Amino acid sequence: MSRTLALGARRIGYEIRAYFRQGDAVFFGFLFPIVMLTIFAVAFSEAEFGRDADGNVVSAAVFYLPAMLAAGVLLSGLQNMALDIATEKSDGTLKRLAGSPLPVISYFMGKIGQVLVSGILQAILLLVIAAVAFGVDLPDSPERWLTFVWVFLLGIATSAILGIGLSGIPRSGKSASAVIIPIVLVLQFISGVYLQFSMLPDWLQNVASVFPLKWMAQGMRSAFLPDELKVLEQGETWNLPGIAIVLAIWLIVGLVLARLSFRWIRKDS
Amino acid sequence: MTQHTGHAVSVRGLRKQYGSFAAVDGVDFEIVRGETFALLGPNGAGKSTTIEILEGYRDRTSGEVSVLGVDPQKGGLAWKARLGIVLQDSGESGNVTVREQLSHFAALYPNPRGVEETIAAVGLEAKAGTLIRRLSGGQRRRVDVALGMIGRPELLFLDEPTTGFDPQARRQFWSVIRSLKDDGTTILLTTHYLDEAAQLSDRVGIIAGGTLLDIGTVDQIGGADARVPVVRWLEHGVLHEERTTEPGRLTHELVARLGEPEGLEVIRPSLEDVYLQLVGSHEVLA
Repeated sequence: MSRTLALGARRIGYEIRAYFRQGDAVFFGFLFPIVMLTIFAVAFSEAEFGRDADGNVVSAAVFYLPAMLAAGVLLSGLQNMALDIATEKSDGTLKRLAGSPLPVISYFMGKIGQVLVSGILQAILLLVIAAVAFGVDLPDSPERWLTFVWVFLLGIATSAILGIGLSGIPRSGKSASAVIIPIVLVLQFISGVYLQFSMLPDWLQNVASVFPLKWMAQGMRSAFLPDELKVLEQGETWNLPGIAIVLAIWLIVGLVLARLSFRWIRKDS
Repeated sequence: MTQHTGHAVSVRGLRKQYGSFAAVDGVDFEIVRGETFALLGPNGAGKSTTIEILEGYRDRTSGEVSVLGVDPQKGGLAWKARLGIVLQDSGESGNVTVREQLSHFAALYPNPRGVEETIAAVGLEAKAGTLIRRLSGGQRRRVDVALGMIGRPELLFLDEPTTGFDPQARRQFWSVIRSLKDDGTTILLTTHYLDEAAQLSDRVGIIAGGTLLDIGTVDQIGGADARVPVVRWLEHGVLHEERTTEPGRLTHELVARLGEPEGLEVIRPSLEDVYLQLVGSHEVLA
């Protein structure tokens, strides 16, 4: 077991190094939410997204920060993981590893570690840019930061595990982005990332509530938006227990899916 | 299954069926420890299927297989640590340097070879700090070979290892393989270069249509008949050719009759000639 953990730690370093050296994934997975936050903050700089208890305007940057944090979790976790593993399956990386004495657990430790590290860096970058460039006041209560931390960790774990499960669907590395990116994109549109969730029709809100991203975005809003804005949520509450339950269910679904679908190689292909 | 201590690989009645098509149709062979064995055959003959069954990548339909005393279908991590595998193709994104990749793989094995020593053995010292994706095809292939040997394997699989090598790189590769052999490594090689097989292997097996046509040492395979030398000469501008077990005597007669014969050649069939003859006659039958 100690060998598995030591090799897992080595894999994390190896994966992070390789991740930041590939230009396209760094842009589409890592920098994308930051670019989008900038665009929204600039494009809607005159718009008003509500008011807090003191009557201060909620700006676009404030409003979109939690949405982009949630999008980042989904992109760093699910999209990055699913595309990465699908590519490694088709380009021979997994085949080579399958012939080496690397434990599967160490391989996944490396992947999840890479997702976690890039996800954390991405979140920090988003928070810093929001605060410095767009003057967003970050929360000052420890409870809100605690909410952010658990929503982030549970969200990224769920996304990463679901990404492993989804990596088995594309038949080739080339078709992987065509399969995975539409799923991620549609989820972002219906889950209150790009469009205000409260403006979506009830039936669409209900559909989105089945999937984890809506809950991650809601959790992020509860951490970063003034409490007055919770009237815009379903049931006019942040519903933190609901967030925890839905994400935990998806985490378990992801684990089962990953366990059933992951193979080092497609035998007899 | 009985364990043959003298055998690194033992294959009995191996079959691999895809639907109604038998990719491997009853193959038997053994590889002695320390031996270099080449499996030769045209594309689609069943070479790669056989080698991938031995490596544990594919499950067999029937037959008995033992690799280092273990059934590859049940081989665990400790078994994999004793193997070195150079696959036929690799197309990894290669966002790590040669040195990083080798150090990383070295850490997976209990008793690895030195990283710099291995880089030098495949002649990539000048490229050690280069990202693998920036290397040429032949250089990437050398990284594959280096990764295959980094764990000091007892048994090394080389599936068409020198595709894309220039002649000099191929010679250098041969000397690497000879030094591995001197260290006692058992090697299973497939190649389309018959001179390579003749240079490196102790024994060769020729496979076509999923069956083994012949197996033996490089200078015995194909049987005595296939080894009969050919004498060629020009007589009044016409090419003559005669197969004879006594080329010296024929040459002597020619000299007596014609003086110094024009364009005289005594040709001993190479492994390539024997191979083409065997595979060709198989295709005629099939």
